[in-house]
Amino acid sequence: MKSIHTLLPFRPITPDPWQSLRRYTQARIALGRSGSSLPTAAWLGFGLSHAQARDAVHQPLDAATLHGEIEALGSEHLHVTSRASTRDIYLKRPDLGRQLAPESAAMLAEVRSEAPPDVVFVVADGLSSLAVARHAVPLLRATLPLLQAWKIGPIVVAEQGRVALGDPVAVALEARAVVVLIGERPGLTSADSLGVYLTYAPRSGMTDADRNCISNVRPEGLAYAEAARKIAYLLAGARRLGQSGVALKDDSDADTKLDTPSPFIPSITTTASRGESA
Amino acid sequence: MSYAHAIGPQRYVFADLRTLLAKASPARSGDALAGVIADREEERMAARYALADLPLARFLQEAVVPYEDDEVTRLIVDTHDEAAFAPVAHLTVGEFRDWVLSDEADTAALTALHRGLTPEMVAAVSKLMRNQDLILAARKCRVVTRFRNTLGLPGHLAVRLQPNHPTDDPQGIAAALLDGLLYGSGDAVIGINPASDNLPAIWRLLQLMDDLRERYAIPTQSCVLTHVTNTLRAIESGAPVDLVFQSIAGSELTNRSFGVDLALLREARDAALSLGRGTLGNNVMYFETGQGSALSANGHWGVDQQTMEARAYAVARAFDPLLVNTVVGFIGPEYLYDGKEIIRAGLEDHFCGKLLGLPMGCDVCYTNHSEADQDDMDNLLTLLGVAGINFIIGVPGADDIMLNYQSTSFHDALFLRDTLGLKRTPEFETWLQDMGITTAQGRLRPQHADQTLLRYASQI
Repeated sequence: MKSIHTLLPFRPITPDPWQSLRRYTQARIALGRSGSSLPTAAWLGFGLSHAQARDAVHQPLDAATLHGEIEALGSEHLHVTSRASTRDIYLKRPDLGRQLAPESAAMLAEVRSEAPPDVVFVVADGLSSLAVARHAVPLLRATLPLLQAWKIGPIVVAEQGRVALGDPVAVALEARAVVVLIGERPGLTSADSLGVYLTYAPRSGMTDADRNCISNVRPEGLAYAEAARKIAYLLAGARRLGQSGVALKDDSDADTKLDTPSPFIPSITTTASRGESA
Repeated sequence: MSYAHAIGPQRYVFADLRTLLAKASPARSGDALAGVIADREEERMAARYALADLPLARFLQEAVVPYEDDEVTRLIVDTHDEAAFAPVAHLTVGEFRDWVLSDEADTAALTALHRGLTPEMVAAVSKLMRNQDLILAARKCRVVTRFRNTLGLPGHLAVRLQPNHPTDDPQGIAAALLDGLLYGSGDAVIGINPASDNLPAIWRLLQLMDDLRERYAIPTQSCVLTHVTNTLRAIESGAPVDLVFQSIAGSELTNRSFGVDLALLREARDAALSLGRGTLGNNVMYFETGQGSALSANGHWGVDQQTMEARAYAVARAFDPLLVNTVVGFIGPEYLYDGKEIIRAGLEDHFCGKLLGLPMGCDVCYTNHSEADQDDMDNLLTLLGVAGINFIIGVPGADDIMLNYQSTSFHDALFLRDTLGLKRTPEFETWLQDMGITTAQGRLRPQHADQTLLRYASQI
């Protein structure tokens, strides 16, 4: 005798007949539903992604490899740490992640040069060392050739660093501008997003409104070449205005030339517009 | 003025009102980071006893942020409605808790009281309340707002459809948007967080949403959540702007760090009103807030983060918003460490906002560096559903691929409707039924290739 299951196929999942739209986005669309709930496969997939994102937060930065790759770019490079000595302290005490460890501050004071740089790049682990390991050097490689008009300082690798750690680094090196490349908080679909924060005339006590942000740099997000172009555009604009932040707009996609005054849009985006930056 | 309470031989003294409030506040990592948290559990209870005995009227005499230094304080003081306050003017904070929970404090009484309360009074009473008190009291409040539909009716729950894409790709956004509509979401607003600040890109997103809305006569509103100055420029250039979005906070210093002040918000609201695009009402503002933002911007004045959050609602209240969204778990573990702290904060924010007369929604959410997971979100979602939240967020599969955090999904909204019997905004529900997306009972219908929206999908 046949079981009832062969007579009536077991189909508790209501499918969504728009799976073809998945080619346009990595968003979790057309998942179908079990009643009103997620089907088992979608729920387990979510759980796996969450597990991987959690792991990305806690993976330490491979500083030795990063220094080697920067060396290969032909750039000078330095290493600093913040006052957050462990990942756990880093997560609970963002204030410590914004300050240089005393020995790092002393080291920077030693290397201060006679002719200060125009711009210094800081590469910080932030909340995803994976983002830095994958994208920081390719982005530097794309950006540095666009900055012929700038005297570029040593590239500073920072461990347990927040965005604002760039300010004391720039002050110590007497740089007029600082660009911080930092791992953004990992998402389920992008554990490796790199953020770029540009600050002109950095000093202590600057806020998000004083910075310009370029978010989600990675091949599946904003491509290196495009991000590099935006960095160069914003640096040129900041130098012209004498400031970065809300007054400096990213109109780089509009029909404007770098050297002509343009209508401006503020640049408090994404994470900054919803609170704390990385 | 100092405040004190003795427990046995130990006399606890609190130097001023903001210290008293901070020490009475339930524990959370942000207050520890700010150095304002109670040192011990007993000190916290001593502060609560002292707070319970404090006359509500005291808050009209002592500001937690100086009047002369802060335009938010000036807004709170200068717009306080004495007549509305009169029915509770004689109460202490502890007595006020009893009154709020009593049958006497029904929807009408609480509605009449909105403008008589200051954020600090509301924050203070919340610190004496357990989670069930926050739920029960908020449930009695009713705040109805309108633009192209009617939000906040009792027994209803709306969803902001959040179809974000990491590069603002129009096809990617349209795909997520259709997914949401086909799941019955989008009645609060269709709102995109743009990756770019670039005006042409913002224009494209506004146009995309407006075209879709017009084409299918969807009774909802759209918004690109960009800085208010961008929205002003978009309005000036003729873009189809329904709502003005802005992140706000509870101090002038913090708002300035966001690049805004009250005058700028007024200008933006006037600009949106001048377009006259609302068909049912003129609530044109959409605000987002979140505990910890003031500390993050170093604009907290030594005030605890929950009180600062309530002060942000005073800013929101001045602009008759359509939607106020506390993005409770977005800011990270240094402000709200784990699921327990996020859940508490979500309930506090909803209660405080509702008592002040705001159309509160909540982004029930967490980041991957917080000690929280989907179980915590299910708990907060259910609690807020019981508490009568006006709206929640809907993101495909709860995974925002642009902002890199986990919010609630379209499925989560269905779960809440199933378990609590919550309905969609009436105008939107009618539209869904007309489109063959839901049944007469509001349940999703299985979809087939002949669905009109899927035919649109084939063109994107």
